[in-house]
Amino acid sequence: MRYEYKEFPYETPPALRGAPEPRRPVAIVGAGPVGLALAIDLALRGVPSVVLDDNNVVSVGSRAICWSKRTLEIFDRLGVGERMVEKGVTWKVGRTYHGEREVWSFDLLPEEGHKMPAFINLQQYYVEEYLVDRCRDFPELIELRFKNRVVALEQGAESAALTVETPDGTYRLEADWVVACDGARSPVRAMLGLEFEGVLFEERFLIADIEMKADFPAERRFWFEPTFHSGQSALMHKQPDDIWRIDLQLGWDADPEQENRPERIIPRIRKVVGDRPFELDWSSIYTFQCRRLERFVHGRAIFAGDSAHIVSPFGARGGNGGVQDVDNLGWKLAAAIQGRAGPGLLPSYSDERVQAADENILNSSRSTNFMTPKTPVERLFRDQVLRLASEAPFARRMVNSGRLSTPCVHDGSALNGPDDPALPAVSRPGAPAPDAPAPWGWLLDRLGRGFALLALGEAAPPPAPEGVETLRIPQPSDEMRARWLGEAPGAICLIRPDQHVAARWTACDGAQLARALDRAMGRAPRQEDEA
Amino acid sequence: MSKLAADPNIADPDGFYARLLEAHRGLSEDESHALNARLVLILANHIGDEAVLDEALALARRLAEPG
Ligand SMILES: Cc1cc2nc3c(=O)[nH]c(=O)nc-3n(C[C@H](O)[C@H](O)[C@H](O)COP(=O)(O)OP(=O)(O)OC[C@H]3O[C@@H](n4cnc5c(N)ncnc54)[C@H](O)[C@@H]3O)c2cc1C
Repeated sequence: MRYEYKEFPYETPPALRGAPEPRRPVAIVGAGPVGLALAIDLALRGVPSVVLDDNNVVSVGSRAICWSKRTLEIFDRLGVGERMVEKGVTWKVGRTYHGEREVWSFDLLPEEGHKMPAFINLQQYYVEEYLVDRCRDFPELIELRFKNRVVALEQGAESAALTVETPDGTYRLEADWVVACDGARSPVRAMLGLEFEGVLFEERFLIADIEMKADFPAERRFWFEPTFHSGQSALMHKQPDDIWRIDLQLGWDADPEQENRPERIIPRIRKVVGDRPFELDWSSIYTFQCRRLERFVHGRAIFAGDSAHIVSPFGARGGNGGVQDVDNLGWKLAAAIQGRAGPGLLPSYSDERVQAADENILNSSRSTNFMTPKTPVERLFRDQVLRLASEAPFARRMVNSGRLSTPCVHDGSALNGPDDPALPAVSRPGAPAPDAPAPWGWLLDRLGRGFALLALGEAAPPPAPEGVETLRIPQPSDEMRARWLGEAPGAICLIRPDQHVAARWTACDGAQLARALDRAMGRAPRQEDEA
Repeated sequence: MSKLAADPNIADPDGFYARLLEAHRGLSEDESHALNARLVLILANHIGDEAVLDEALALARRLAEPG
């Protein structure tokens, strides 16, 4: 069953109907997954935004399909996670083959006791459709403007002005903050003349979605030197609606135009799937790059998602990384607009997400290097790792077909407060709160509105400052004990509005808590300022 | 402090050297390079200690630089 692309309605903007076009707190450029998720996050925090997109349909072709556990937790906080899991194909096992032989397999969520699965596969067009539907729940707070192309940006000291082209003409829109979620080719980035440094991998990949009935497992399957394809690698993923994703490595010499013709693609796919009937749904020839901006905040313009960083797709770190940017940015931008943010809060968005982007770029470049060796020696080592993998378990761990997206732990962040090393490392300051069964269902269901003070086991929390909700769990579940307490009888944990741990103690008083909260709001001097 | 053993550590160095060459006998140049690559990987895993591996990489690399 093919996806039906519906056009979103275009409406003449107020400025072009002779109505006032007041200055907005936030203008978001781009209604991809990142821009849409940000509008929802801000709306949940009471901040209105206008979203401008040059197009009027969801992503054409599925593009991103693999959504990670952490991203699903964020989508769940935004109110669309359950719908996505219901529609998506849940999976957690990846298998890597060399020729016909399986050399390595991994289970991405070996433990129980999490609301969200390790991964789902769901086409980007569904993700965007569900996000648009969710935006419509906030008619007072989110204004979606399709066929509104941003063509210029002027920075002021305390606002920015956009020039926007529509079918009815051009108008000006002022906003206190502009968030550029305008994708890998980011026109806003170009308008500000910002460098986008990184590397291009000299390799071409055919990415195709086909419609086919098949009983292949719901697993990620990756082949080096597949027997059914003359190139160096192949990847296969199951998607909803009997759609299958097939990636085939073609080599740098492949001619992108020639290779993207159905008469070239169909015989290649035929070799992969045998004589099962199939139809080609979408295809594209890609070259991959890893790049990022040096900083993500430039005056009144903030970058999030592909406009700020791009990675090769092996590891599914692009869309996932972008949604995790939103998670980090939403509460900070809301606090800045509501006058609650310390001077270090918005800069911490850039610091923390640059750290995450570097981690994603490192992992995805290593995978891409393994798949596309650049020199004869790189090829030699790669091939010998694969040769050894069938004999020696150690070599299997070196086989790199993609290290799948995991959230960044912001160790060393300026927002982090004290830690107690007696408590388990998974829930240390900077880490996303690990989920676990809680008296009300799942722990994460009650985290993420504002700050939360989690009082576990025997620990007695000090009175919570204004705006902090205390959650007491005197008898934690076994999973919660393992992830949050270890051997300690109790713990007090301060959780940020993006569900990351800010500070934790086995016992603390009101003054310690107040200091940690100040720090987490960016009110403590940044380290470089202290020096 | 250096962790890499630079002083003799193999009881019979001549014997090892001979067995290393023996392992390559009859291989083409490409096959020999492949064998060496496998050997590096096997030995590196056996050593495991990243400080030692880094020192070994640095020593080997230094001798590739001119001068
Ligand atoms: C083949 C492929 C497979 C991938 N697989 C995965 C995966 O499995 N998992 C994963 O996490 N990621 C994956 N990705 C990456 C993922 O698709 C991107 O990271 C994601 O789309 C980024 O979202 P975004 O909202 O930042 O940008 P986009 O989705 O690119 O959205 C940008 C939006 O901005 C709009 N826009 C651009 N210029 C203007 C302008 N001047 N004015 C107004 N609007 C404008 C565009 O129309 C678009 O709607 C994959 C990518 C590719 C290409």
